Amino acid sequence: MSIVSETTHDSAVAMSAPPSPDDGLPAAELARKYGLAVSGARPSLPEYARQLWDRRHFIIAFSRAKMTAQYSQAKLGQVWQVATPLLNATVYFLIFGLLMQQGKDMGIRNYIPFLVTGIFVFTFTQSSAMAGVRSIAGNLGLVRALHFPRAALPISFALQQLQQLLLSICVLFVFLLGFGHMPALSWVLIVPVLVLQFLFNTGLAMVLARMGSKTPDLAQLLPFLTRTWMYASGVMYSLSTALEKTHAPKWVADLLAANPAAVYIDLMRWALIDDRSHIHLPPHVWVLAVGWALVVGVGGFVYFWKAEEKYGRG
Amino acid sequence: MADQNTGTEASAPLPTVIADDVHIVYRVYGGNTGRGSATAALNRIVKRKPGAGVREVHAVKGVSFTAYRGQAIGLIGSNGSGKSTLLKAVAGLLPTERGKIYTDGQPSLLGVNAAMMNDLTGEKNVMLGGLAMGMSREQIRERYQDIVDFSGINEKGDFITLPMRTYSSGMAARLRFSIAAAKDHDVLMIDEALATGDRSFQKRSEERIRELRKEAGTVFLVSHNNRSIRDTCDRVLWLERGELLMDGPTDEVVRAYERETAR
Repeated sequence: MSIVSETTHDSAVAMSAPPSPDDGLPAAELARKYGLAVSGARPSLPEYARQLWDRRHFIIAFSRAKMTAQYSQAKLGQVWQVATPLLNATVYFLIFGLLMQQGKDMGIRNYIPFLVTGIFVFTFTQSSAMAGVRSIAGNLGLVRALHFPRAALPISFALQQLQQLLLSICVLFVFLLGFGHMPALSWVLIVPVLVLQFLFNTGLAMVLARMGSKTPDLAQLLPFLTRTWMYASGVMYSLSTALEKTHAPKWVADLLAANPAAVYIDLMRWALIDDRSHIHLPPHVWVLAVGWALVVGVGGFVYFWKAEEKYGRG
Repeated sequence: MADQNTGTEASAPLPTVIADDVHIVYRVYGGNTGRGSATAALNRIVKRKPGAGVREVHAVKGVSFTAYRGQAIGLIGSNGSGKSTLLKAVAGLLPTERGKIYTDGQPSLLGVNAAMMNDLTGEKNVMLGGLAMGMSREQIRERYQDIVDFSGINEKGDFITLPMRTYSSGMAARLRFSIAAAKDHDVLMIDEALATGDRSFQKRSEERIRELRKEAGTVFLVSHNNRSIRDTCDRVLWLERGELLMDGPTDEVVRAYERETAR
């Protein structure tokens, strides 16, 4: 029911009152005539990618802002960005290095860089996953108030973790030099490894973001899944050596070594540590590294886009 | 207001938003009828049914209107009458159950506050809020000084370089509005934003809304302040219980609304 008044009024010149050729035109045709589009429809995939590219400055600014805001209440401030991974490595060294003597066959000189690389590289994937699962569910205010391609959020969070990792890598370099692993040409390989792992992480974050937006309970479950994943990826010990001891079938060892976390961790170790006798790269390791990045990266993007119009609703 | 008629089609006003018999239904989870126990929840998951915990709220019932370029449209009605819901649907942030909403370009809801972070300085928030609205970095840099001046944040000292958590609620609201209003919107929707801020800031805001309209946009304004509706809008939609009760020139509709609420 609507009562449209025909009374002329000084301040109502721009009212819908003046007769126009459009009178009596059904809404859908009127919309078509003036090129109006249905509000809130999902754009096509190429269009979506283009919109996302237009928002690249927002994605970068958002990840930097999150990074800065993270420790702004702490007295030491940004020092924690370096101190947190350092303390993490120390805890694992105390337990697995000193208490359980995991590294006695490779020697402390190799074990510490081996362990620290494993932890930093795995943490990169783990925290991208954790941030990804909350990226939509934890930012509903943003999603419900502003219009932007929603993929900007998981990508932004993955980017934040990449920045965190780059700081951690500086710590790692100090460890490497401290234990006498001199810079070699193979160190350059960490760049392609990081790019591939970032692609993989972003895809993973997007998959989890969609799942987490529908089922927020996933955020409670995920820490247990990632911890299992960590132990299955040989972060604190050499996977192949550990499996030899248990007489596990070869296909189990192959399967574990081909899992994306293990692939990226081992490639990174292989690039950085000069004594490679304890690093067993699975066959076709670069194919695996590129494959995981492409399948999960692109697949995750498409999977996320498919629910674009549903985020933040209901 | 006659300036919008200088366009190519002087006779036909250009529509910017067309709402065609729009129905909006909210599904509320957890507003349940007491069966909130773990076994009940498990039961629902196993049966893959929305279950008894879901309640439907029919917030907007068959609203149709056409908004034209250069109009400032006020939305009035009592609390819970569906005003904000309708705006969210126009912005494409809520799905319609039935009916369709057609828009020209991307309507924006004045909601930069969601992108802003209290731990960052006002300066950084201007950048972040602007980028979140889809402005380019150059545009923001160009308008940065205008935004700060408009908000009046720096009138009492250099506050823009302090974290936003140190601002008073009025200051924060002013900065938010200033950022949102810095962009040229095709369709801008403002939800009770002018209630905050002191009188001189409200005056400036109303001035800015009139400017936005002149820049060939359409402005929607939700407010419980009839004076601010009278000062800024030329057309008013009156919603009650999700239905469009009245649609017409400001004076008429506001007078009818005041008669109704006075009783």
